[in-house]
Amino acid sequence: MPELLTVHDPRGYPPKVEGKRLAQRLPSLEGKTVYLVDCLFDNSEVFMDQMRRWFAEHLPSVDTRMIKPRESWVDDPDMRAKVVADGDAAILGVGL
Amino acid sequence: MALEQAGVPSIAIHTQPFARLAASTARAAGMPRTRQVYVPQPVVDKTPDELRGYIEGLNPVSKQRFMHEVIEGLTKPLDEEDLKGVTFERSTPRLIAPNTEDNLQRLFLENNWTDNLPVILPTEERVAAMLKGTSQPPDKVVARLRPTNFREFWEITVEKVAVNAVMAGCKPEYLPVVLAHIATGYTARSSSTTSLAMLAVVNGPIRKEIGMGDGIGAMGPYNHANTTIGRAYNLASINGQGGSVPDDTYMGTLGNWFNFSTTFAEAEERSPWTPFHVQQGFKPDESTVSIFFGGRYMTSGYGPRATWKEKFIQCITAGDHNQPPLIIMDPIVARLFVDLGFDTKEKLIEWCAENAKLPAREYWDDQWVQTLTHPLAVAGVEPFASKLKADPNEPVTLYEPKDIHIVVTGGETQGAFKMIGGSYRKGATASVDAWR
Repeated sequence: MPELLTVHDPRGYPPKVEGKRLAQRLPSLEGKTVYLVDCLFDNSEVFMDQMRRWFAEHLPSVDTRMIKPRESWVDDPDMRAKVVADGDAAILGVGL
Repeated sequence: MALEQAGVPSIAIHTQPFARLAASTARAAGMPRTRQVYVPQPVVDKTPDELRGYIEGLNPVSKQRFMHEVIEGLTKPLDEEDLKGVTFERSTPRLIAPNTEDNLQRLFLENNWTDNLPVILPTEERVAAMLKGTSQPPDKVVARLRPTNFREFWEITVEKVAVNAVMAGCKPEYLPVVLAHIATGYTARSSSTTSLAMLAVVNGPIRKEIGMGDGIGAMGPYNHANTTIGRAYNLASINGQGGSVPDDTYMGTLGNWFNFSTTFAEAEERSPWTPFHVQQGFKPDESTVSIFFGGRYMTSGYGPRATWKEKFIQCITAGDHNQPPLIIMDPIVARLFVDLGFDTKEKLIEWCAENAKLPAREYWDDQWVQTLTHPLAVAGVEPFASKLKADPNEPVTLYEPKDIHIVVTGGETQGAFKMIGGSYRKGATASVDAWR
């Protein structure tokens, strides 16, 4: 009979996960302001500009506004405040 | 997610390979039903027309029309699952149920708790013996680690670091050095798609006290302390941050062999220059660990020979343009540079920073310079703003003197040097003495 060993678990301690709710969705995008948030990855500006053009052609009543954070991978509270104050919805891209 | 909490319906666009990562990150953030859509990889280098094709095409994950999902994600009413979010506790037990050695080795391997090499099993007796290497209490939190900015921090205690040090094969007297690695707060196992690794340099009296190697083979697996300490840093990072698992908590596309063990000691006694830790404001009799963030590239050479200037410029400009070099040189090379008039590391570093240049168009034509540096240049931050204004053919410098560092090590069997991608960031040197 092989010897039984008691060993330590090598993992650290994860945080408790607190559930967060999603925002209520809009009835439609008609006449709404949608921020297109360019996440600053290489070429994401070109991608988001194509999103803007798509809306202009297919849903022209949507007011799309391009916006960028100050730096890549750094939270930009000023940018967020602007989106919250002036926007009805946000599309963020292109993240990895 | 912050926008959702502020009441703004949002949807995030990712590339296809990140679908699993995006889902697990959202779950760990308590918002598993976050709206996410996917486009094919890559976005980089695609033309506007090709990107328009992504937008008008299918989500490669769900196989549904991409824009239909974008609009639906912002307008489809929430259901009960969306509204409740998810709150849950995860726990990691202190001990694992008794089992045979073979079964435990298999368990550690299958749970991705190792570097895929066999480990020393951390029995209670071995961990207790390891903890005698420090006076610090077992439950003291050493650091909070995470594999990427987008994930949650996990905590790792002195005892958990000791567990991983046992697994790596460390002796108890190495433990303060392993603790200092972790105490920097820099994980050795970043999830970056660029396949990062951390290089760690040990300075001060601890090197000799525990027999670290700074002679022949200093950067290879030829010294027990160097090798096992570096391995322990990696194992404690893997387990202290909640994993380093491909397609989830690790996304480095190529991977990096430096992720096994890259801790070495500076040959302070044989170097003609000031030790690295003293350059950072520590006293010579203090012991430290310094972490260099990178490991993406390595160039090398010998000398300095008659054309050393051309060679140095070639080596520096050949690396990533946003990851400055850690220049590691044998004492023979360092002494020859002194003979050439570089009687301090700073003088040689200044020469490197002034002379390593590329045409502006080459400097800017780099994915990570575009992603990380270009926004700063646009915002007017110097010296990047001036580089952005430069004519495309105008040579621009790659780095400031503060970005480049030199460490001396090696066995003097050859006048060799290496330049390895290695950013040094503020606070990346930790005291070993604080963990004795």
